[in-house]
Amino acid sequence: MSRQASGFRAWVLQRISAVYLGVYLVYLLGFIAIEPPQSFEAWRTWMAHPVVSFTLLLFFVSLFVHAWVGVRDVVLDYVKPYLLRVLVLSVFAFGLIGSGLWVAKVIFLAGQTV
Amino acid sequence: MMSDNRPVFLNLFQFRFPIAAIMSVGHRASGIFLSLLVPGLVYLLDLSTSGPEGFARTLEILDNLLVKLLLFITLWSLLHHLLAGIRFLFIDFHIGAGKVAGRQSAMAVTIAAPLLAILFGFAL
Repeated sequence: MSRQASGFRAWVLQRISAVYLGVYLVYLLGFIAIEPPQSFEAWRTWMAHPVVSFTLLLFFVSLFVHAWVGVRDVVLDYVKPYLLRVLVLSVFAFGLIGSGLWVAKVIFLAGQTV
Repeated sequence: MMSDNRPVFLNLFQFRFPIAAIMSVGHRASGIFLSLLVPGLVYLLDLSTSGPEGFARTLEILDNLLVKLLLFITLWSLLHHLLAGIRFLFIDFHIGAGKVAGRQSAMAVTIAAPLLAILFGFAL
C-alpha cells in the first residue's frame, strides 16, 4: 500500500476522498441536527435504506483511504527511527483495516433485517 | 551536505508561528486525533444497531459528561479539519494563495471552527 499510495496518486486520492467526505459529513451533521432518529427502529430503518447503506459504505472507504494517506504523511515527517516508524504505521494500518472490516459487517447486518 | 558542523539553532521559543502555521498544525493534529477515534465510532455504530438494548446503551454512553466533552473536542477537530481542508483545496487551484488572503483565510478557519462547534453543540 505504501508504494501504491506514494506521490501523485496519494495526493489525488487524498483530495478526491476529501471532497466526498466533506459533502457527506455536511449531510450527516445536518441529519443529526435536524431530525435525529429517536428510536432504535428509526435508526435501523435509516441505516438499512439501500442509498444510505451504499453511501455510508463509500464514506468509510473514503475515510480509510484518506486517513491512511494523512497518517502516513505525518508519520513519515515526524517519526525518524526506522523500527518505530514501521511499528507506528503498522498499528495505524491494522487499526484502519480492522475498523474497515468491522464497519462493513455492521452496515451489511443493518441492511439485512428490518 | 555542505558542512556538518554548522551551528544549528532550533530554539522553539524563538521561532515565530504565523497564523497559517498554527492552522496547518491544527489540521494535522486534528487529522491524527480523528483517526484515533475511528474504532470508537465503529464500536458505537455496532452497539447502536445491535438491538433496542444496544441503542439505549449507546444513548446512555453519549449522555456522560466526559463523553460530551470528548464529543465537543471531536466536533471542533472535525470542523477545523473540514474548513482547513476546503481552504487547502482552494489553494491547490491557486485561489486565495497570496500572502494576505492566505493569512486572512487561516484566521477565519481557526476562529470559525470552535464557534461553529459551540453553535452545533447547542443545537443538539
